[in-house]
Amino acid sequence: MIDFNPHALLATCEVSFVSKFSDLTRLPDARGHFGPYGGRFVSETLSFALDELEKTYLSLRDDPAFQAEFDYDLAHYVGRPSPLYHAERWSKQLGGAQIWLKREDLNHTGAHKVNNTIGQALLAKKSGKPRVIAETGAGQHGVATATVAARLGLKCDVYMGAADVQRQKLNVYRMRLLGANVIAVESGTRTLKDAMNEALRDWVTNVDDTFYIIGTVAGPHPYPMLVRDFNSVVGREARRQSFEEFGKLPDALIACVGGGSNAMGLFYPFVEDDEVVMYGVEAGGDGVETGRHAAPLASGAPRGVLHGNRTYLMSDEGGQVSDTHSVSAGLDYPGVGPEHALWKDVGRVNYVAANDDAVLEAFRELTHVEGIMPALETAHALAYAKVLAPTMSPDQNIIVNLSGRGDKDILTVAKIDGIEI
Amino acid sequence: MNRIDQRFAELKSQGRRALIPFITAGDPGPEHTVGFMHALVEAGADVIELGVPFSDPMADGPVIQKACERALKRGVRLSHLFEMVREFRQTDATTPVVLMGYLNPMERIGLVAFADQAAEAGVDGVLTVDMPPEEADEVGPLLKSRGLASIFLVAPTTSNARAATICAHGEGYLYYVSLKGVTGSAILDSRDVAEHLAPLREMTDLPLCVGFGIRDGASAAEVGKVADGVIVGSALVSRIAENADRPEVIAGELKAVLGEMRQALDAMSAA
Repeated sequence: MIDFNPHALLATCEVSFVSKFSDLTRLPDARGHFGPYGGRFVSETLSFALDELEKTYLSLRDDPAFQAEFDYDLAHYVGRPSPLYHAERWSKQLGGAQIWLKREDLNHTGAHKVNNTIGQALLAKKSGKPRVIAETGAGQHGVATATVAARLGLKCDVYMGAADVQRQKLNVYRMRLLGANVIAVESGTRTLKDAMNEALRDWVTNVDDTFYIIGTVAGPHPYPMLVRDFNSVVGREARRQSFEEFGKLPDALIACVGGGSNAMGLFYPFVEDDEVVMYGVEAGGDGVETGRHAAPLASGAPRGVLHGNRTYLMSDEGGQVSDTHSVSAGLDYPGVGPEHALWKDVGRVNYVAANDDAVLEAFRELTHVEGIMPALETAHALAYAKVLAPTMSPDQNIIVNLSGRGDKDILTVAKIDGIEI
Repeated sequence: MNRIDQRFAELKSQGRRALIPFITAGDPGPEHTVGFMHALVEAGADVIELGVPFSDPMADGPVIQKACERALKRGVRLSHLFEMVREFRQTDATTPVVLMGYLNPMERIGLVAFADQAAEAGVDGVLTVDMPPEEADEVGPLLKSRGLASIFLVAPTTSNARAATICAHGEGYLYYVSLKGVTGSAILDSRDVAEHLAPLREMTDLPLCVGFGIRDGASAAEVGKVADGVIVGSALVSRIAENADRPEVIAGELKAVLGEMRQALDAMSAA
């Protein structure tokens, strides 16, 4: 193992910074590493495409014209900025801190995922590739990809685990209506990780004319960096809105973590605000202690390499990747973005887990009390808000990333209720 | 001298091409693998690549994915592979054995433990599909200090600058991936392969071996005209798949497929 001392990284600050976490804003390094995590672990055929993508992105990142185009699309196509909504009634009911919901569910296509697909679609357009592919779990990233592909006239193939195709039927049909071809992946555990394997196999075969739009802050460098950057609009807005709405920084941030893109988007612009405490909520499934979960960080899974990056990875003693379990398809993944792995080690973010039961309860509660139906993924963050808020005082503020809306999950919840629709 | 270097030196002096079969260890069951290895040697194998089963073989097509699944269903792990190589070495002290697989199983048992056990078992080289040389700082020296060769891939998309880096890190032989795709994909284009191998010859003295898309004697001989060796995987593994429920015939099947390639290659190099 690489010998890595997280405190050494922080101690390398030569100048004295206001924040003890300033070093975290200077990552990844040139090779795409976040401390011992990240990197580019791919078969050789893809190295060239990743080099190209990195070059393209780095040349455009600071280009005002590119930024202007991105901002325009976010404003006029996605509908940004998304509101920061004060869940007053729910806050009162929980009897503690004020809860503010960052309403990513109000974005076009219904989740934060579109922030990233807009950005990557612009990169695809600049690189002149006529076809995009994506992997998807809950289908939100697939829908967001199919949407931008329709808008730009790109051919679009979406890989989705066969088990997820079953439990997210509405999103599957939605993608098809948008003109995308949805390919059900029958290999392995038939969930998100297998969809990503198959997307990588497609990319290695069609690398000349295909742009791979990865949906989370994982995968080989530069994906974790660029997906983070495109989603950071969430945190930048939330930071500004905090001052507008309650005149100070929030005391805590909460977001669900599968691969970790919505959490990364909210957290990243607050990383140097030491006083803002952050909670990433993973899928506890039947309970971390049962082994039937998808919480590599909260359960302290060993370090491993999958899908192009090194991270915390649920695998058995022989290094075979473990089956995961979660009521939400979007969090049902054995790994996690490498930057989250580093943030766990240096203690910047607390990673916890919410079990399926608590998640369903939070899903129902927000729907009843605030008239907002969250995605089951998002409900993990809400389940933890229910735990945290009562321990805080009414003059404190929590921002929860309401990362997606729950329409797609109605059939799943109905089935749990024993209702056939 | 490492057994791989030794073997390529012999082949060079004979003007022959290396024939390198790949099978997934433990497919269809761990009890068969050593027998298959000996059968491959009898049919003319110069080097054996032994696949390490992995749950998520991202660079492989359906044939080798299913081979991994069959082996994993039988609980095959790296410790079993080391046992297999040890047993193989009891009666074959000269045929080089290369482990080919993905990084995670190796990392999980610990890279030092992996390198120690591989060397002790009689392994000669390691090819980690998802570890380009840029990420090999740690494992490279561990293997080298135990006399194990780090073998790397070069692809049609590899730039000359990257190829130079890979050549500088590579040992044993270079594995040229003949086409963009996963293992078991379409037929390769030998003219295209020749064009890509030419600049590599300028950069390195390592033997250049070509894999992906070689299915029979004719395609092996085509590639043998321009390469120092041919690597054949899916064509063999699919025979194992077809006969998984009657493993007693598999050794014979493997010998037939590989034997035809051996003949075609030798006829080509004699011509």
